[in-house]
Amino acid sequence: MSAVIDTHTEDHHHGPAKGIMRWILTTNHKDIGTMYLVFSFTMFLLGGTMAMVIRAELFQPGLQLVVPAFFNQMTTMHGLIMVFGAVMPAFVGLANWMIPMMVGAPDMALPRMNNWSFWLLPAAFTMLLSTLFMKGGAPNFGWTFYAPLSTTYGPPSTTYFIFAIHMMGISSIMGAINVIATILNLRAPGMTLMKMPLFVWTWLITAFLLIAVMPVLAGVVTMMLMDINFGTSFFNAAGGGDPVMFQHVFWFFGHPEVYIMILPAFGAVSHIIPAFARKRLFGYASMVYAVGAIAMLSFVVWAHHMFTVGIPVAGELFFMYATMLIAVPTGVKVFNWVATMFRGSMTFEAPMLFAVAFVILFTIGGFSGLMLAIAPADFQYQDTYFVVAHFHYVLVPGAIFGIFASAYFWLPKWTGHMYDETLAKTHFWLSFIGMNLAFFPMHFLGLAGMPRRIPDYALQFADFNMISSIGAFMFGATQLLFLFIVIKCVRGGEKAPAKPWEGAEGLEWTLPSPPPYHSFTTPPEVK
Amino acid sequence: MATTQSYYVPAQSKWPIIATVGLGATLAGVASILVEGSQGESTTGAWVTFFIGAMIMAYMLFGWFGSVIRESRSGLYSQQMDRSFRWGMSWFIFSEVMFFAAFFGALFYARNFAVPWLGGAGDRGSSHILWENFQATWPLLNNPDPDTFPAPEGIIEPWHLPLVNTILLVSSSVTVTIAHHALKNDHRTKIKLWLAATIVLALGFVFLQADEYIYAYTELNLTLRSGIYGSTFFILTGFHGAHVILGTLMLSIMLIRIHKGHFDPEKHFGFEAASWYWHFVDVVWLGLFVFVYVL
Repeated sequence: MSAVIDTHTEDHHHGPAKGIMRWILTTNHKDIGTMYLVFSFTMFLLGGTMAMVIRAELFQPGLQLVVPAFFNQMTTMHGLIMVFGAVMPAFVGLANWMIPMMVGAPDMALPRMNNWSFWLLPAAFTMLLSTLFMKGGAPNFGWTFYAPLSTTYGPPSTTYFIFAIHMMGISSIMGAINVIATILNLRAPGMTLMKMPLFVWTWLITAFLLIAVMPVLAGVVTMMLMDINFGTSFFNAAGGGDPVMFQHVFWFFGHPEVYIMILPAFGAVSHIIPAFARKRLFGYASMVYAVGAIAMLSFVVWAHHMFTVGIPVAGELFFMYATMLIAVPTGVKVFNWVATMFRGSMTFEAPMLFAVAFVILFTIGGFSGLMLAIAPADFQYQDTYFVVAHFHYVLVPGAIFGIFASAYFWLPKWTGHMYDETLAKTHFWLSFIGMNLAFFPMHFLGLAGMPRRIPDYALQFADFNMISSIGAFMFGATQLLFLFIVIKCVRGGEKAPAKPWEGAEGLEWTLPSPPPYHSFTTPPEVK
Repeated sequence: MATTQSYYVPAQSKWPIIATVGLGATLAGVASILVEGSQGESTTGAWVTFFIGAMIMAYMLFGWFGSVIRESRSGLYSQQMDRSFRWGMSWFIFSEVMFFAAFFGALFYARNFAVPWLGGAGDRGSSHILWENFQATWPLLNNPDPDTFPAPEGIIEPWHLPLVNTILLVSSSVTVTIAHHALKNDHRTKIKLWLAATIVLALGFVFLQADEYIYAYTELNLTLRSGIYGSTFFILTGFHGAHVILGTLMLSIMLIRIHKGHFDPEKHFGFEAASWYWHFVDVVWLGLFVFVYVL
């Protein structure tokens, strides 16, 4: 019984085609996963370069390197590229590689659509990046593109930005549909829902969130398009519309979006910590329910981004308490990770270092989130560097460390080689120190009143900004080391066994390293 | 979950990359038409890009769906594959529901919050000081700034043309279901008849909707530029109309396929997907009829 048949070539168990066409025409989940990961890292370096421009300008007070208009384009493009180009595609890449192997499937459920999901991204980002070279410059209104900054006062390139977002949305929705169809339909016999690995569970819920909110993003940019080009007044009070309505619709997308960027990392860390603590994950079922609860709550907390825009007091109260409620399921997860480590036989290879740092530093980001959730206090924090510190703590040591942990954890499986552990640990420590140097002082800057998205600042903020910039340069430069480690690992190294980590569990470790081109041609039996 | 059949994984495909080039060119073309047009530059190149992109998209749709149909008819698709398609279509329709939800949300927000606050409701708001003489009403026939956004002189009377359209669409949902039952019972003539009836009803709807738009623009001054009422009215009915046209195209292709002898009582997912989509546009219309026209 072959699970893969192919009528287009004579060879029934075809391998990859040769050359560039292999990558352009491929329907293979591993090829597509690799392309997603390479694309994501390219965007990470590009968005990172923009962050370096920002930090270089902020190294000292005064205007040194760039004009304010370009500075605004840098903050906007940095945010858009990191959210839509780096973090989201990285997780889709991990999903492509791992989900079919984890559920015992031959490939993704809809392989051709999978290819389309990927290739739309380079097209979308080409369009987005081309705005940098247009008359009037690139989008300059922040990654949240609030109206009327983006409608009445936006540069002409905003229309290109809107269509780029449309393409990214189509890509995400198709990718998410593929993940859901794979998980719901292609699981190996015997793998019931509550036996699924947590990475699969978190991605199932992430995919649901993507399908629910990416169309809302499409809706809000479509309304922008109409306001800019066709004279409607959705976000213009002169015609009875409301700029605040933009924020409501945007954040209805935006808040689930931040969970889209963290839930798959939760899943990956829930594999890595048990593997290196050599203990089973503490509280599997509660982990699943916690992720479900976080996802549901994410739909009813959006206005906590808007406490200062003038919403009714009842709204402030509701969104404040609903937001705080999210701390409960998140706390369950953190507790379970710690309890998994408790009295485990722990070793600290690179994936574990990143995973432990994830748990600690993401919790710091969570706590500052809790501070921001307090509506009266938020009036002080709104639009300051405290907010920047908060979301960089959940995104950098949260999402990005989760991705690094996953990459080191699964690199031996993907390439068949062990990576260089010493270099990887160096990468970890430099990233860890650099990232904390860069973002921790931002808390103090924000509490002292430094506003975000400005190219210049008052003198009393100079010292912390300099420390922050040094940390950012350190973190940025360190990522080139990661590139080197990965290339070195792909090109050779110690042969990796099928299961390179003593404590790891799951179907993916039953396949050889590297796995065959088609993962499971015969579905394995799960007891 | 146990499967005795194989799961079809196509080796390679040129269609996704063609689709990417096509969609990219189409959207780049539309963006250039809008941007260059607004700056008073020549849009010839932009139109050419758009048309090339649209042609590539059309070629891709024929080619990609064509190969899926060929693979299906040569028996490559197992029961499990069928389930993948079902999940895929269901979640696609859910994403479409959420797309419309954004616009319904905008309508509710404008109507219940933005416009009353502009008129001074809630007394803690500040937006009412912008235009002190503004009176909040719904439908909004007096915009805060009538010089920029001239208000509509009237709105579409729900119990005339929209009611007829409601009857047309609801009956078309019934006829497509009768056609589906006929397909399950293998009554080929009956399928053709009821499916053709569905398409006729759909075309009738599109025709009346176009007539309504002409009336709104020429007689009522109800346009995209007439403030939030016109904005929400046209974005909701406009995207719905576009979906009706797409659904009609789907149903027409199903009719052609029936004529060619495709589908049997057991395997006809293409037909079902089109009819699911049709029921979806019908349900959206009911929401529109109630919240846009009647209330």
